[in-house]
Amino acid sequence: MKAIYSLILVVALILIAIVGAGLLGIGYLFGVIIPYLAVLVFVVGFVVRVVSWGRSPVPFRIPTTCGQARKSLPMFKDKWNRLDNPGTKLGVVGRMFFEIVLFRSLFRNTRVEMHQGPHIAYSSSKWLWLFALMFHFTFLLIFLRHMRFFTEPVPGVFVMMDQMDSMFQILTPALYLSSVLILVALGYLLLRRLLVPTVRYISQPADYFPLFLIIGIVISGMLMRYIGVFKTDLMPVKELAMGLVQFSPTVPDGIGTTFYVHLFLVSVLLIYFPFSKLMHLGGVFLSPTRNLPNDSREKRHVNPWNYPVKFHTYEAYEDENRKAMVEAGLPVEKPLEEETEETSGEEASDDNAEKKE
Amino acid sequence: MATPKPDILYRNISHKPPAQDWMDLPLEIKPGRYCYSVDPSALEAVGMPNARVWNPLDEDWKLPENWRKTFLDGMKDRLERFRSFKVFMDICVRCGACADKCHYFIGSGDPMNMPVLRAELLRSVYRGEMTKAGQILGRFAGGRELNEHVLKQIWYYYYQCTECRRCSVFCPYGIDQAEITIIGRELLNLLGLQTEWIGKPVANCNRLGNHLGLPPHTFKDNIDFLCDDIEEAIGIRPQPTFNKKGAEILFITPSGDVFAEPGIFTCMGYLVLFHYLQEEYGFDITWSTYASEGGNFGFFTSHEMMKKLNAKMYHEAERLGVKWILGGECGHMWRVLHQYMDTMNGPPSFLEVPVSPITGTRFEHAASTKMIHIVEFVADLMKHKKLNLDKSRNDHLKVTFHDSCNPSRGMGFLEEPRDVINKVCNNFFDMPEGTIREQTFCCGAGSGLNPGENEELRMMGGLPRANAVRFVREEKGVNMLANICAIDRATLSASMDYWVPEVSVCGIHEMVANALIVPGEDRQTDLRGEPLPGKEDE
Amino acid sequence: MYDAKKIIPGLIIFALFFTFPFWFNLGTAAYTTPELELPDPEEHEHCIESTEYMRAEHMAMLDEWRDIYVRDGYQEYWSELNQEYFLTSLTKTCMDCHSDKEKFCDRCHEATAVDPYCWDCHIEP
Repeated sequence: MKAIYSLILVVALILIAIVGAGLLGIGYLFGVIIPYLAVLVFVVGFVVRVVSWGRSPVPFRIPTTCGQARKSLPMFKDKWNRLDNPGTKLGVVGRMFFEIVLFRSLFRNTRVEMHQGPHIAYSSSKWLWLFALMFHFTFLLIFLRHMRFFTEPVPGVFVMMDQMDSMFQILTPALYLSSVLILVALGYLLLRRLLVPTVRYISQPADYFPLFLIIGIVISGMLMRYIGVFKTDLMPVKELAMGLVQFSPTVPDGIGTTFYVHLFLVSVLLIYFPFSKLMHLGGVFLSPTRNLPNDSREKRHVNPWNYPVKFHTYEAYEDENRKAMVEAGLPVEKPLEEETEETSGEEASDDNAEKKE
Repeated sequence: MATPKPDILYRNISHKPPAQDWMDLPLEIKPGRYCYSVDPSALEAVGMPNARVWNPLDEDWKLPENWRKTFLDGMKDRLERFRSFKVFMDICVRCGACADKCHYFIGSGDPMNMPVLRAELLRSVYRGEMTKAGQILGRFAGGRELNEHVLKQIWYYYYQCTECRRCSVFCPYGIDQAEITIIGRELLNLLGLQTEWIGKPVANCNRLGNHLGLPPHTFKDNIDFLCDDIEEAIGIRPQPTFNKKGAEILFITPSGDVFAEPGIFTCMGYLVLFHYLQEEYGFDITWSTYASEGGNFGFFTSHEMMKKLNAKMYHEAERLGVKWILGGECGHMWRVLHQYMDTMNGPPSFLEVPVSPITGTRFEHAASTKMIHIVEFVADLMKHKKLNLDKSRNDHLKVTFHDSCNPSRGMGFLEEPRDVINKVCNNFFDMPEGTIREQTFCCGAGSGLNPGENEELRMMGGLPRANAVRFVREEKGVNMLANICAIDRATLSASMDYWVPEVSVCGIHEMVANALIVPGEDRQTDLRGEPLPGKEDE
Repeated sequence: MYDAKKIIPGLIIFALFFTFPFWFNLGTAAYTTPELELPDPEEHEHCIESTEYMRAEHMAMLDEWRDIYVRDGYQEYWSELNQEYFLTSLTKTCMDCHSDKEKFCDRCHEATAVDPYCWDCHIEP
């Protein structure tokens, strides 16, 4: 049901664009106003969210150490796992690189198998890692190669991306590998949510919605490129895109409705982004279990809100137990005779003697 | 309710989620899986709020009038104080990588024991009460209102998490359920929803320095009894010192090892080792009756309580005028010492960078905290051949090693214990990859979940570890499960009895002391009073 | 422990990355759709098919022609619009009218960073 609601929502968004930009012809709203708004909400919203995280301090140094520590003793030094348990800032950079670029932690993934008997086995399970990596990299590539519509002349690097992406020259216009791969990856991510019982159980509309939205974006983009009736003339599209980024927006004639559907879904994605789980893009950089070196006994980590806490001092402890301590032969600070009144471990004495640090 | 037999318990585990959405699941607090509520006196003793008599099985938990506000304000406050909490509330994508990593999920199949859903319990409140989308869209945005049902769910399942951090190893964003549980329990404690097995030790520890609340003379007596036992086993009586001013080193270990089997054998191990070092090298170490607890149950209560209990260590070290502190074998104690102590209660300017008085090794990696782990210390002694060892005395043991959650995932303390084990015994076999080192499983009852009443839960949680032990038992004939944690020693003894009864549990220093050739000794038995290999007939 | 020194530069990099086209085009001349040099309308009323069709499908048509030629040699293409046969040839048919590649083909292809592989085999006229 959650998946269906999300799908209905995306279909509704598509209809809005078809009706608005296609039938009613309000191209300026869908081609200019909403895209501008989307970019603004995305960039500002993203920054505001990250700043709000940043305003909360990291009170303790709590890296999850996933390998041998650096230098408890010199003899373990060559067993030091620099990347999974960095002890230096440079190591943290390495760990974060592997985490963000190569999804290191997801690569560890295992799967539990319950066999007869009591007998449990764990098998490596790297499909999620593979398809997640595939999805994110193709998404990045697709984003970057769209820069051909936003630059003039188009810098060589984007031309090159385009050429590499279409290097197999299958179909005309040449099929982008990234389009196929992203669909495969999205398909996996969606089917996994729908078919794996535990994953289905934990999934929410907020998990299905962005999947359907991105699938909608990819399909509308591919329709525009490959399928006759949906094709759109790229020259006015580029004019519109350039108008936007050069702050002289125009809505040229001759742009097909599919393009507006595509652009509208992208705009929705951008607007939705800062308020959703998609913020993991920013959050992964700020995760205190990953981005700190494991050196907390070597260098003191400072907690900005560290406040004094009353604790039960030795003095109070001795006052309560002096007699017993002396009898047991334990050394005491104050000899027994000095005491005028026997204190016997009541809370009153505790309170009086507790000191502020 | 009696815990079912192992094969029945195992057969009933199903990882198939129920048909009902988790937000609609009724809450059934099952005997055998929850911990009793704390006695109000324990809360009052440490000034914690809303102390009262209440029972988790009752409909009415006697919550304070304004409990919703207290909880939500507390949550907002912590979102502002802990970036970890804030980021973890916002960025989970529910990929499910953590789902089958939790020992409680593996052993119980309860869907709410998937770390992601345990976190969603709090996240749904965060979204429903504190974000616009959640307030407007409600469940469609994954938001829920905080009501009694939700609160009870949080309580029930946040005391079914041992803060072991295994999920955090696999999370692509490093989301650490331990961190969320720590803060969740902190919020529950604002409402007096503490458990007896955590609350009582906290109160005891605060006042008398150890979990059982033994007064100073009794603590000393206990160690004296252990010395008697040592004398019986090796013919020499160690002479430990207590609260000795001007000693070079202060020794702090979990008090559990002073009282209960098999921890006492580890404690006897320390005593034998210190005696040896004292005789051979003039080693000067003292025990404190005041700071007699390494384990910090405040860590399972709140950050403030952790600080309050931990403060005693530096306070006592300063009073005694020692140079540095040596810590015994313990799991969460070492997470607190390694990642929290210096930040909370440091810097200890009155201490010196730890230097081994015997080998001269300077422990630079503890330059600021000035406390080192006894396994590091002993590994260094062994490296410099300062211990006269007879490995063959442990030949009757086939040993495997259980990495405790906290030293492995909070410190990266993986090679040190293996190094020491390999130097004191000839038969060491690691359990399979994926169940050890940073991927180690919890013993099944860490973070204060080891009372008697939740036995079923503990056996469920202990299953993944026991399963791996069974593997090396069958393949290699392992009969001893070594570890470096007092809670492990208590918990694993019970879960081994249940799942793999042929395997015993010990601390590393029990084996160290058994292998140690103490000058003038007369040994017929090991520290457990059992004949040493080759002396069975005598 | 707020890491402002890392978060602020990080956010600046983020903003620069996602606003790339906005600042990259600063100071450049306003973009206009390139003008194409078309054959004299006196001589040719229209292309072999309608302009719209040619815009959308010329690449597919040429691709098909290439396949036909490679397999069977020159064939003829029946244009409904012109009621006339045309030789399936890029150089002999298309370039007969659109003789200046640079002022016709390249204008759009460059604007959209399209790099057709026609000229991998054909010699530019």
